[in-house]
Amino acid sequence: MEYSGAEIVIQLLERQGIKQVAGIPGGTNLPLYDALRESPIRHILARHEQGAGFIAQGMARSTGLPAVCFATSGPGVTNLMTAMADAHLDSVPVVAITGQTPLSLMGTDAFQEVDTFGLSLSVTKHNFLVRSVEELVEVIPEAFRIALSGRPGPVWVDIPKDIQTATLDIEAFPSPGERIPAAFPDAALVDVAAEMIGKAQRPVFYAGGGVVNSGAGEQVKALCEKAGIPVVTTLMGLGAIAADSPLSLGMLGMHGSRSTNLILDQADLLIAAGVRFDDRATGRLAAFCPHARIIHMDIDGAEIDKLRPSDCSITGDAGEILSLLIPKVEPRARRTWEEDVIAMKAKHPTPQSELDDARPAALIRRVGQMASGDAFVTTDVGQHQMWVAQYYPHQRAGKLLTSGGLGTMGFGLPAAIGASLANPGTPVLCFSGDGSIMMNIQELATLAEQNLNVKIIVLNNGALGLVRQQQELFYGARYCASQYDRNPDLVMIAKGFGIAGSRFSLSTCTDEALQAFLQADGPGLLDITTPQEANVYPMVPPGAANTSMIEGDSHA
Amino acid sequence: MPDCTLTLTVANHPGVLSRIAGLFARRNYNLDGVYVVGLTGTGDSRMQLLVNKDERLPQIIKQLEKLYDVRDISVHEGRDMPTCFQQAKAG
Ligand SMILES: Cc1ncc(C[n+]2csc(CCOP(=O)(O)OP(=O)(O)O)c2C)c(N)n1
Ligand SMILES: [Mg+2]
Repeated sequence: MEYSGAEIVIQLLERQGIKQVAGIPGGTNLPLYDALRESPIRHILARHEQGAGFIAQGMARSTGLPAVCFATSGPGVTNLMTAMADAHLDSVPVVAITGQTPLSLMGTDAFQEVDTFGLSLSVTKHNFLVRSVEELVEVIPEAFRIALSGRPGPVWVDIPKDIQTATLDIEAFPSPGERIPAAFPDAALVDVAAEMIGKAQRPVFYAGGGVVNSGAGEQVKALCEKAGIPVVTTLMGLGAIAADSPLSLGMLGMHGSRSTNLILDQADLLIAAGVRFDDRATGRLAAFCPHARIIHMDIDGAEIDKLRPSDCSITGDAGEILSLLIPKVEPRARRTWEEDVIAMKAKHPTPQSELDDARPAALIRRVGQMASGDAFVTTDVGQHQMWVAQYYPHQRAGKLLTSGGLGTMGFGLPAAIGASLANPGTPVLCFSGDGSIMMNIQELATLAEQNLNVKIIVLNNGALGLVRQQQELFYGARYCASQYDRNPDLVMIAKGFGIAGSRFSLSTCTDEALQAFLQADGPGLLDITTPQEANVYPMVPPGAANTSMIEGDSHA
Repeated sequence: MPDCTLTLTVANHPGVLSRIAGLFARRNYNLDGVYVVGLTGTGDSRMQLLVNKDERLPQIIKQLEKLYDVRDISVHEGRDMPTCFQQAKAG
């Protein structure tokens, strides 16, 4: 049968199991939209291509399955760039399909022509410029295979308009792109790791996004319970071990708790899984876990020995490696180490004052306790993000969706929309800041239109809080461009978009008010007036060792 | 620092040189020489990259190996460039 390029794309997406696509049409992707009309695939019309990209990310991050976004050439492409760069740094399988000037015009500075291939090259796992309709048939399944296999990541497929309209006779469509299983871990290396764990006196497990991607939370728990190993996680790894597990030490690094960073300083073995020794996690690398030998397991061989040489490295899927490792490790209760860890936690507890109802931390914790255990939580970027990382009770892996690597303000709202679309019936919470919410505020229209159970909580401190904090601490409190003289009325804005909104101060936001907000049908926005002076502590100054943490007054 | 020649087999398409060169630029690693030629009768090209070997080279090689367009890599110590480039430094 004869199909146009656009029909081929839509057919292949259907076969790939894609149910929803977020995007915005324009001149060069109109054939795709014309073909989409006939398809059961549902289109989510975003209000900005960055929103579409983050909606796709929300779908992908909350399901582990690849998600798709569409944009037109030129401005559609440049608008999409941030969301794709974000997916790249956090290893999220998103497939972007963009229209391009017809091949015959490419290179002539035609209307809405940008060098999509060149622009997207460095912010994707891989990118394709499709040069023929025959190629298209291969490229679409291949894009999914690449996005899913090994370390996941975004793939960009740029399709000139004349290739979308060109036709091809197709007897049988190729099968959908599937994940190529990671190479089986080297058993001999697993033996070495087991032996190192057996000999260690003060081991710490260091879990990252790779553990979450692999769905290996259970294995981490099993290994660490069997061998008496406390667990720290990165921002991307939060939930890999339940926050209330006695083994959990929470997040490490720049905003990790004091006891966690100090315990790491004493470790004699670091079992690193699905982590990349990012500077926000390690602080000054030379001073990170100075006494520890390193076992490093990662699906991406290029991460191993990239920043910190390892003593034993295993390339492969974290879950598979851990499943091999668990039976080989001797059961062991490390009483002395356990006591040291307990003593360290007791010596540096979470300051009671943080949990005072007038502090943002307390509100976040309360919301976490009220919310359903299977709720997804998205954040924007700033102080509120770090408080969510520190204080929200992260009980399960894969529930926290946050922009870790790129740290993109504007991530939270569209990612929440995507998570809700992909998980109908599951509540989604979005913690945002007054700075971040404005960066993709237009997606409130998409949210209202889709009428999703997304609850937005804005911690409104009248400031770019995390920037203000850095200016306070490291620039002699010389504030510049970090405080808003005037902010819009977010409750009115929400109402304007057709979304219920209400405003409270931290101390007037009662449990009843929170319950009513969380339990209401459909979307809602809560604008919480927050004191500007509240800072995120402890804080490791950028470039300093993790042991040199700055404390606030409340941490005295 | 010693010279080192990387010999790559890569997919032959208009963007491939950009992809390889971009990787070096992004990781702040200088390329001292580049030589590319299409392999007749295949969809591949042979690429020779002349670099200075330093402690970051293993990471660069791992990153090259990950590229979808890269089919094969071999590494040789020393300069192994076509004759027309061998006197380049003298000029
Ligand atoms: C797109 C983007 N621009 C700039 C920054 C730098 N930045 C990091 S945090 C921050 C402040 C965020 O303010 P807000 O959303 O109000 O959060 P708060 O820190 O006040 O909780 C800024 C400007 C960023 N991360 N992303
Ligand atoms: Mg703010």
